[in-house]
Amino acid sequence: MVAGIRSVLAECGGLAVDAGTLAIDDDLYSAGLTSHGCVGLMLGLEEQFDVEFPEKLLNRRTFESIAAIRDAVRGLVDGGEA
Amino acid sequence: MNAAAAALAERAAAPASVNAAARARAIGAEIAARHADAVDRDGRFPTEAFDALREQGLLGVMVPADLGGAGASLFDVAAACHALARGCAATGMIYAMHQIQVACLVNHGTNDWHRALMARLAAEQLLLGSATTEKETGGDIRNSVCAVHADGGRFTLAKNASVISYGDQSDVILVTARRNPDAPSSDQALVVVTKDDYRLEKTSLWDAMGMRGTCSDGYRLEAAGVIDQILPLPYADLSAQTMLPVTHILWSSTWLGIAADAVSRARAFVRSEAKRKPGTTPASAVRLAEATAKLQQMKAVILAAIRQYELASGSPEQLTGLSFATAMSTLKVTTSELVREVVEAAIRTCGLAGYRNDTPYSLGRHLRDAHSAALMIGNDRIMSHVATQLLVQRDGLGPFE
Repeated sequence: MVAGIRSVLAECGGLAVDAGTLAIDDDLYSAGLTSHGCVGLMLGLEEQFDVEFPEKLLNRRTFESIAAIRDAVRGLVDGGEA
Repeated sequence: MNAAAAALAERAAAPASVNAAARARAIGAEIAARHADAVDRDGRFPTEAFDALREQGLLGVMVPADLGGAGASLFDVAAACHALARGCAATGMIYAMHQIQVACLVNHGTNDWHRALMARLAAEQLLLGSATTEKETGGDIRNSVCAVHADGGRFTLAKNASVISYGDQSDVILVTARRNPDAPSSDQALVVVTKDDYRLEKTSLWDAMGMRGTCSDGYRLEAAGVIDQILPLPYADLSAQTMLPVTHILWSSTWLGIAADAVSRARAFVRSEAKRKPGTTPASAVRLAEATAKLQQMKAVILAAIRQYELASGSPEQLTGLSFATAMSTLKVTTSELVREVVEAAIRTCGLAGYRNDTPYSLGRHLRDAHSAALMIGNDRIMSHVATQLLVQRDGLGPFE
């Protein structure tokens, strides 16, 4: 799943750095993720993992690191709301 | 006991009830209104109104009571902006801009340095300004070129600020900058610097169609201070939780004041017409009704936004959520268009008496001031951002959503 998240980040996140070089706990906002970038990232994640982010997950914390995204997506894949 | 502590003790002994809006209303009607034409004509700072605001303790009114302020709510401050703007739009707007910075400090300044500054703000009635726009990035306040350069416990910062409204009169300035020299342009912090920490060199003068008294000159700012002066929360979060909602609510309240005064003038005109021809309602009274309906609409969206802010307050989750962001962004777009429409309807009501500059019904200043609303953080920029957010937004879960 982390590899999938990295590839979506690289494609849709508009980061200032190579997504492959980020540790899973690195702050993505420090890596250049913007609110505009979040929108592209979220659409990309929904497509990649066939999930839909509910309203309560639509905030900055959900996308602050690869680990945070992984936890959120895993919760959605498992049918819960993370 | 030094002067600040003495003033603090004196204020603590004062009655708790502040009634900021009523006091602002008196200053707006009696002082700001009297000097509004001169402030507008000469493009000068509304000194008389701010002397009175200081004297009444209204600059520090939002500071918590334990630090010597009155702990006024956003509703109180919004009502004060409205009341001041009825008399002089520039006075209302400067008061709004000041209180936006105070709100950032009150909500996010938690360390001893920030608390000491808040105590000084209440005791000395300091005026707070901001340096968010930058020559290199223009109106895009969510990106910075300048950066905080930290060295040990201290930092330096230099910014080509294309606008620092009332920079000459400010005692403290809140500056956006990249968190460090290696940070991307969107990774910003908000840095609080006092007059003792910065040097300003004027680079441009404010000579505009309206809002002439805000003295929104350009400057090169150079500052140095201790690391504790930097607000700890990343600016993106701080903006979502406080800066953006408070800005749009207080700007909108200021514009509502412009619109309300325009409608008052139109109402007075229609009444004088009706007295001249008893038994008939002047034809232009229909335009007054139209202006009044739009004024009411404006008031309703502002009160709804204040309520939404109150409901979300204390929940970073809700404050940084998309539906709240959309509500606060569209608030500004809606009220900034409505203020111009209300003033235009008031001009149509008054006819040439409103168009002329020498009658009690003159509305030229109101119209020029109202035109700034759609341009301060351009509506097109905001709507394009909202449109992007709507790609992922879902229905909210709260009441009325």
